[in-house]
Amino acid sequence: MRRTYGIVMKTLMFFCTALTCALVLFIIAYVFLKGIPNVSWELLTTSPSYLSQKIGILPDILNTLYIVLAAILVVLPLGVGAAIYLTEYAKNKKLVAIIEYAAETLSGIPSIIYGLVGMLIFVQFLSFGTSLAAGALTLAVMNLPTVMRTTQESLKTIPQSYREGAFGLGAGKWRVVHTVVLPGCVDGIITGCILSVGRIMGESAALLFTAGFAHTLNGVIEGLSSSGATLTVALYVYAKEQGEFEVAFAIAAILMILTLIINLLASFVEKYYKKRRSA
Amino acid sequence: MKSKALLEKTIHGIFLILGLITVGCVLLITVYLVIAGVPAIREIGLVPFLSGSKWNPTGAEPVYGILPFILTSIYGTAGAIIIGVPVGFFTSVYLSKLAGKKVKAVVESAVSLLAGIPSVVYGLVGMLVLVPGVAKIFHLADGASLFAAIIVLAIMILPSIIKVSITSLDAVPKEYEDASLALGATKIETCFRVSVPAAKSGIATAVVLGVGRAIGEAMAVMMVSGNVPNMPSIFESVRFLTTAVASEMSYADGLQRQALFSIALVLFLFIMLINAVLNYFVKGRKEA
Repeated sequence: MRRTYGIVMKTLMFFCTALTCALVLFIIAYVFLKGIPNVSWELLTTSPSYLSQKIGILPDILNTLYIVLAAILVVLPLGVGAAIYLTEYAKNKKLVAIIEYAAETLSGIPSIIYGLVGMLIFVQFLSFGTSLAAGALTLAVMNLPTVMRTTQESLKTIPQSYREGAFGLGAGKWRVVHTVVLPGCVDGIITGCILSVGRIMGESAALLFTAGFAHTLNGVIEGLSSSGATLTVALYVYAKEQGEFEVAFAIAAILMILTLIINLLASFVEKYYKKRRSA
Repeated sequence: MKSKALLEKTIHGIFLILGLITVGCVLLITVYLVIAGVPAIREIGLVPFLSGSKWNPTGAEPVYGILPFILTSIYGTAGAIIIGVPVGFFTSVYLSKLAGKKVKAVVESAVSLLAGIPSVVYGLVGMLVLVPGVAKIFHLADGASLFAAIIVLAIMILPSIIKVSITSLDAVPKEYEDASLALGATKIETCFRVSVPAAKSGIATAVVLGVGRAIGEAMAVMMVSGNVPNMPSIFESVRFLTTAVASEMSYADGLQRQALFSIALVLFLFIMLINAVLNYFVKGRKEA
């Protein structure tokens, strides 16, 4: 009886773990096999043209880049500032609880709702129009909890004695924050950025109604004020609405490679700082 | 001296404002959704809106009933949980308690890769592999169905379930397990009768997180579920709360558009409910 229990449970565990691994391998292999052959230099460096019936994804790549940069630029000061307030300044426990609950709520809200509210607030109320800027601001709000959490976690690892030492030398609060606390939480900030970049690149539902679908090639300034599809949105449009599966898979393969890179970077940063801390 | 105090005060104020921005965002989102969502419910009536089984906003006599969407979202989420939770649970017990360090590291990084894959990529693979597969295996004309959506959702919630469960299983004090082993229990018995019960609130948190992710997913589901506003049935083409909003928003206007905001409001209420449950579990864990 006890032996069968052990064997059954063990088999179940092996089976489920194997299934999980197989799923990951299958998705990666399938996307690469279908996608990589369709990735060509021409695809990457041209814009789509109806005249010559060509599809190029350069505008989508640039749009993704603009939106990532803009969203990170906005979310970074907000998230880091909020984290510093929570761990360094806040004295009122109730207020801390409220802010943390708000952050948790934000991280639970589905992206489609961000998209809708972003459309109502940025596109219509603040009259940005359907534009990359509206999309970037929506995504900045969406990633606020991520940056806050990673920064807060690394702030907690800074020994209290550092702060006390600085105070003991007569430094004011602000001085302690920007000379002792901020440099100490760089790893958390970087991790937060990397995670946010990953989420922003993969996001599509929140961008449909805020950043739109256009495939025009733009510079940064023009780009932010006009509508544009990111890689994920372009993938969706090509696959679902135009049936261009070859292009869709090429984009999927590119997104997959970017995801891989981001995951590697995140674990590298974590390891690097862990080593430096313990050294 | 005075200017220094002033500087400190200003900086404190700035950080306070930055801290309060999250609260402001939540309030703003809530207020906007309520303002945008309530008018249509008023016009249609709360009961017909929530319990109407027909959605046809463009007909000669428009009908706005979102019961099919609500039920589809609930069934879809429940299905994803029924399939995804056991797989995630056994995987995390294995990784946390039995697997060697190397295996654990490799599988964990594979799982975080799964978490990082954009939902449209899931949708794309689902569209070209799962949907035809479902059609073939069950002899359907079209495989785009609730069943296909459930499978995709189950895969998408796996990473959050595995990660959170592993964290809580890893945190079980080693003394508990040692005591159980010393009393003669086998390794497996210790895993499931000592470690798992000790980590149960963490595992519950993982499940609730999975529910939240499944109910909020839009794009992947949109690509595999067929997107027809039927009452849910496992092999029929269905439409979720999320996809109802996403699929009509781009061209809707008037009452139809307002009704879409009301759907978003209903979805938001679901999420708030899930958050409250989540908060309850997390708090219970901290106090325990």
